[in-house]
Amino acid sequence: MIGLSHYLIVSALLFSIGLIGVLRRRNLLMLFFATEVMLNAVNIAFAAISHFYNDLSGQMFAFFVIAIAASEVAVGLGILIVLYKKHGSLDLDDLATMKG
Amino acid sequence: MENFLASLFTFQGFAFYLFSFLTIILFWITVMSNNVLYAMTSLASGMVLISGFFFILGADFLGVVQLIVYVGAVMALYSFAMMFFDATREIKEKNTSGAVVFVLGGLSALMLVLMFAAPIHSESIQALYPMHEGVGNAQDVGIVLFTKYLVPFEVAALMLLVAMIAGIILAGKKMDQSLTEMMDEDAGEDEILTQKDEK
Repeated sequence: MIGLSHYLIVSALLFSIGLIGVLRRRNLLMLFFATEVMLNAVNIAFAAISHFYNDLSGQMFAFFVIAIAASEVAVGLGILIVLYKKHGSLDLDDLATMKG
Repeated sequence: MENFLASLFTFQGFAFYLFSFLTIILFWITVMSNNVLYAMTSLASGMVLISGFFFILGADFLGVVQLIVYVGAVMALYSFAMMFFDATREIKEKNTSGAVVFVLGGLSALMLVLMFAAPIHSESIQALYPMHEGVGNAQDVGIVLFTKYLVPFEVAALMLLVAMIAGIILAGKKMDQSLTEMMDEDAGEDEILTQKDEK
């Protein structure tokens, strides 16, 4: 039978995949995709705990995570468009203007 | 192994293993692909499958919200934003040196292990807002959302409004001019800044 630990393991695996993406990506758009993967992984863990402990709080938190992700995407993509108009690329190495 | 095979032949077990296998593969493609379009389509299909997890877990309303908000709105926003960027070009990324990746990966693995090994008193967890028998998930969620979580809900609504205005202001500037023409004139860099000063 599928238990809580199964879901938590899948959630941890997906979160690690997102973390790998955040660490290795240099393109800002791809970094956004990796953060979406991480947020979705956390949502699975919330829904699973909510189901196995018979508690609705987990689902509530997942709703707020979705709302925050949606607003993050709206603002973030606006900033990406402004950056692309200014620099002509989304690569983090090109955008690094503070040379130490 | 026998336990795994036994759980594979129940409906929940089969769906769980299928969805988890497919989401892991799809998100791996998202993270590793050099093509923006491949990454975006695999991310969208992975999100559809994640809503499948929610339906298995009995969180029907959450699954529907995942489908509508993530797949319907967020991915549509990404694909609209894709029209601003050159999406067909392969992304060339300079990968960091092995030592940095090794140290960062080791540190984050250590952090994850500590987080998962931390003592959790799972027996003492009590349901704060328990689900009710015989009541649909959407009704249950609605009652809790509009009583206990009303203030966070309204704050989230305000946050979405602010994000919408910010998105319109950031992306809508100079929307009437073509990006490539601006690049040809080589004036795009200064114009946005000067326009900001004029205001």
